Amino acid sequence: MTLLKLEQLYKQVVLEHAQNPHNQGQLVMPTAQIRLKNPTCGDVIELQVMIENKIITNIKFTGHGCTISQASASMLTNTVKGLEIKTAQKVITNFLAKISGQVITQADNQQLKDAAVLSSIAQFPTRIKCATLAWHGLAEILENEGK
Amino acid sequence: MDNSKKTVNVRQDFAILATQMNQQPLIYLDNAATTQKPQQVIEAIMAYYNTANANVHRGTYTLANNATNQYEQARTTVAKFIQATAEEIIFTRSTTESLNWIAKSYESKLQTGDEIVLTVAEHHSNIVPWQQLAQKTGAVLRFIKLDQTGKVSLTDAQQKITNKTKIVTFAYVSNVLGMRAPILELIKLAHAKNAITVIDGAQAMAHFPIDVMQLDIDFLAFSGHKMYGPTGIGVLYGKKALLEDMEPLQFGGEMIDEVTQDTATWQKIPWKFEAGTPNIAGAIGLAAAIDYLKKIGWQKIISHEQALMQATFKNLKTIPNLIIYGSQVPEDHYGVISFNLADLHPHDIATGLDLAGIAIRAGQHCAQPLMDYLHVLATLRISTSIYNQSSEVRKVAKILKELEAFFKS
Repeated sequence: MTLLKLEQLYKQVVLEHAQNPHNQGQLVMPTAQIRLKNPTCGDVIELQVMIENKIITNIKFTGHGCTISQASASMLTNTVKGLEIKTAQKVITNFLAKISGQVITQADNQQLKDAAVLSSIAQFPTRIKCATLAWHGLAEILENEGK
Repeated sequence: MDNSKKTVNVRQDFAILATQMNQQPLIYLDNAATTQKPQQVIEAIMAYYNTANANVHRGTYTLANNATNQYEQARTTVAKFIQATAEEIIFTRSTTESLNWIAKSYESKLQTGDEIVLTVAEHHSNIVPWQQLAQKTGAVLRFIKLDQTGKVSLTDAQQKITNKTKIVTFAYVSNVLGMRAPILELIKLAHAKNAITVIDGAQAMAHFPIDVMQLDIDFLAFSGHKMYGPTGIGVLYGKKALLEDMEPLQFGGEMIDEVTQDTATWQKIPWKFEAGTPNIAGAIGLAAAIDYLKKIGWQKIISHEQALMQATFKNLKTIPNLIIYGSQVPEDHYGVISFNLADLHPHDIATGLDLAGIAIRAGQHCAQPLMDYLHVLATLRISTSIYNQSSEVRKVAKILKELEAFFKS
């Protein structure tokens, strides 16, 4: 019974992203970067982005942490790479809404790509911080870029 | 082991233990964070509010006198518990507040080049106040290392405690490793250099008796809520002469002797440190917790907890990829054991345990410098108490094995 519930959280795609993260590493010439820390568990994520003409042309991350935080960072990079700042901001808002249990449109859901499966976290409130760490970090970068 | 003479069964005193978490019977193993509260403590607080509530040290009416008596009786109970006198007991909010008060009050007593010695195994609450003190006075922090087994190294302590040392401070029991510091030896080393000793007793008080006279402790800080008492009440013990030498840190009612428009004089210790209306119910609850521990008796508490720690080790040792930090001897652990399972992240494991009704801690345990020292990012931590049973740790081991299989598949 416990394992069944666990499978809702740790879906295969989450485990895959955690084991083989996409876009892991460092950019040679990032235009912005941020270091994020969850002080209760010690998770650290460093996010680097390359923004050209208001488009996220590249994004990479390094760091260490739990399955959820690593998978979530990996999914984020896949989801936002190539997007305009404004679109990426909208995607982040949708993601945060979805994992806090709100319903979003089918089109918005598709735009989240793999990250859509993290919505199951809504049932695990103690892990929401893990799933949103990288997303909040990118939101901060984009807010500064937009200024 | 639950039926043997070595153990106690006090579970009926703790209503929360009969509740469920995630539709599973609650197995509460985060006692180093806070213990559950027995009915006796909850009832004492209720009885105070129902029958004796009034402000202390003020009213001339009988009810106020009753409240004052109960509050001061609580102080006496605490004093006897650690072999101190009542005037040496100051009620604070928590261990953290007690430690902050001492650090703050030494701002006027330290100067550039003085040294404060602590260990690498401290909780943030026994690091950060001293960092602040060092920054304000120009004093320097020096950290005593641990040996291979996680014990505070006396060899290193001898190097670090010098004529420059003004304060030696350490946790009696580590909140991560669960191991006891060599308190007698460290205090002797400190006193030989005329340094004062500040002991963080937060993780010790619920597990064995402490005699401040015999140990020659200068200051002792602890919290009520980690020893079956309520939250929001803590204690700062200080030797009489040292407390008299300290200035109050907060000003207001209750702590004053005489007030004019421009000046004021202070009450004697301990009241000069207790400005404003104190946590009266908290103090009474803490005294009830002490009475509760006394009623069970240290001998039973210690043998129960040792048997439980042995059972915990035995069960955890059946898991091949599990690493226990610090000493590998159960008797060295006082209610706390930290570990990791293979290369799995503690938070993932803790979520799995949570779903099985098991509450244990995962993370850095407010001890980032110790995590760095151990070269780990985070750990899992089981912390036990008098109401835990071997069947509970057996279930933890069983679920851990299932979780390892789940995450490795």
